[in-house]
Amino acid sequence: MRENILEVKNLRAYYDILKGQVKAVDDVTFNLKNGEILGLAGESGCGKSTLASTFISRKKPLKYISGEVDLVGHKIMEMSEKEFKKLRLRTISLIPQYALDAFSPTKKIKTYIADLASEQGVKTDKKFFDKVKERLDLVNLDESVLNRYSIELSGGMKQRVIMVISTILDPEFLIADEITSALDVSSQRFVATMLANLRDLEIIKSAIFITHDLSILYQIADRIMIMYAGNFAEIGPTDEIVDNPRHPYTRALIDSLPRVGIQYKDKRLAGIEGTPPHLLEIGEGCRFRQRCPYAIDKCEETPVREKVAEDHFVSCWRWKELGSDLSGQK
Amino acid sequence: MAKNKDVVMSVQGLSKVFKSGILNPEYTVAAKDVSFDIEKGKIISLIGESGSGKTTVGKLILKLIKLSEGKIIYKGKDISEIEDKDETKEYYRRVQGIFQDPFATFNPLYKVDRVFDMIFDSFDLGFEDKDKAIRDALYDVNLNPERTLDKFPHQLSGGQLQRLLIARALLMDVDVLIADELISMLDASTRIGVLNLLVESCKKHGMAVIFITHDLNLGYYISDQSLIMYKGRLVERGDTKKIYENATHPYTQMLFEAVPEIGERWDPDEEFLPEQVVNDVNEFYKENAGKGFVEIEEDHSVLFSDK
Repeated sequence: MRENILEVKNLRAYYDILKGQVKAVDDVTFNLKNGEILGLAGESGCGKSTLASTFISRKKPLKYISGEVDLVGHKIMEMSEKEFKKLRLRTISLIPQYALDAFSPTKKIKTYIADLASEQGVKTDKKFFDKVKERLDLVNLDESVLNRYSIELSGGMKQRVIMVISTILDPEFLIADEITSALDVSSQRFVATMLANLRDLEIIKSAIFITHDLSILYQIADRIMIMYAGNFAEIGPTDEIVDNPRHPYTRALIDSLPRVGIQYKDKRLAGIEGTPPHLLEIGEGCRFRQRCPYAIDKCEETPVREKVAEDHFVSCWRWKELGSDLSGQK
Repeated sequence: MAKNKDVVMSVQGLSKVFKSGILNPEYTVAAKDVSFDIEKGKIISLIGESGSGKTTVGKLILKLIKLSEGKIIYKGKDISEIEDKDETKEYYRRVQGIFQDPFATFNPLYKVDRVFDMIFDSFDLGFEDKDKAIRDALYDVNLNPERTLDKFPHQLSGGQLQRLLIARALLMDVDVLIADELISMLDASTRIGVLNLLVESCKKHGMAVIFITHDLNLGYYISDQSLIMYKGRLVERGDTKKIYENATHPYTQMLFEAVPEIGERWDPDEEFLPEQVVNDVNEFYKENAGKGFVEIEEDHSVLFSDK
């Protein structure tokens, strides 16, 4: 069995706009192991969703620049749209952000699923719908939802239907983009746990779970990757990232998370001053340096990705001297 | 409720029923029998999931919709009796709202300083130097007036726009601020800044804040008092720490179980179904039939039955 489902090397994808190039994904390297859920976190505009689109569609103005992406042996960046289409839903599947708002209001869920499947050349016979019903049962939905319209379903139910649809052909690799963000806390927990269940049941092999919410990733991700302003910042096993973050940005992100049990009276949390840089024609250097309390002259040069430990990589010039406990220094 | 508190506003038995349809009207109870006091300089978080009625309560206080039953007493007066134009204006000067989407709040065609000019056109705020007052308010919320006032909304970040709205509330010396999902659209790194700012300004200026949120962690971090709403009912009310330590209503317990937290993983063996809470709540009401809304300890009350 192959060890990695996905291997990404020095991937660059920019948005080509009139004013120039927006470097939304700039030199990103990582791999996704078989059976793994990789959490991808960062602020809005850090390139996490763009990374997903780079794998899936690369629609204009997004332009692939360089780098390699190997998805179970397919070099997907070199494939034509026609070839790639064959992989959709079968090998790679995406749950886009706001997918739960993308249902057709005039079609029953059943028709919607049938249309989608026949688009992929799948026969929508009884056997297919038996499988659909089985999967609906898995996400604790009654098969009667098939005969309902999307407006009759709650947000949490819609998101579960979406999960069933996107994994109906047992894709090896699933990208889930902010699937819990628009949901209530109770549905959030169910949907997030469901993603891990799908992996445990081997319906999907691996997944990338994109979210801005680190505390959800802590619950279900095996490893976490942090992006900042289009650059790779840090990747590592979940507990390593949370307990021993090496990148100052990762540390600041984790420190800014409120948790039950902490009140402002007892402990004032600190946010990160400033805002992320504009990615239009952005030059060399660590992109976090303007907001980083530890920035030095060296940070004017783009940091190199270095290995901290097994499976743990960071792009920061000062990770060694700063250590994992940044407290007390400024 | 305990005495000797500096109550600015008192919400008593608030109910709101929405009617939809003309021939066969359907009635939706968005809020039923909600009571609480708002104290000067205190932050109350109003926590609930979608459809719990938390925004309805906010809108009722802001007089954006008419209430069906109950009273909201502000400065000794029932606000539904405020009909006079000047009185309404005075009410809106002291009771204001900030909403989720800061980009929808600002007119995209005008520079942001217009928001401040407008309040000076409409109200006599009693400042001698208008520009200085605006600048001071902006420094108060950690914004640089030179770099913000002559900008269009799209040139500023969501966090900056929310700060501007807080500055506006400070300038008007607001008594009660309704912050409806104020920071849900902001990033983790910036929202703590806005939150801290809200706490500081509230304490410094004695402004009371109703912080409406679905995020338990944020609600816990910021508030002195908490209100938990479920299906239009206030199910738990009281001191935030007491509710956290002694969550009694099944819905509150479910919320605490479901909230993702760093450092504490969900139990993978526990089967968690969001639908389950409906049964749990019904059973809880059945077991405690007739008890109603009871104070179980000082400053902590729980709804034991809904009849």
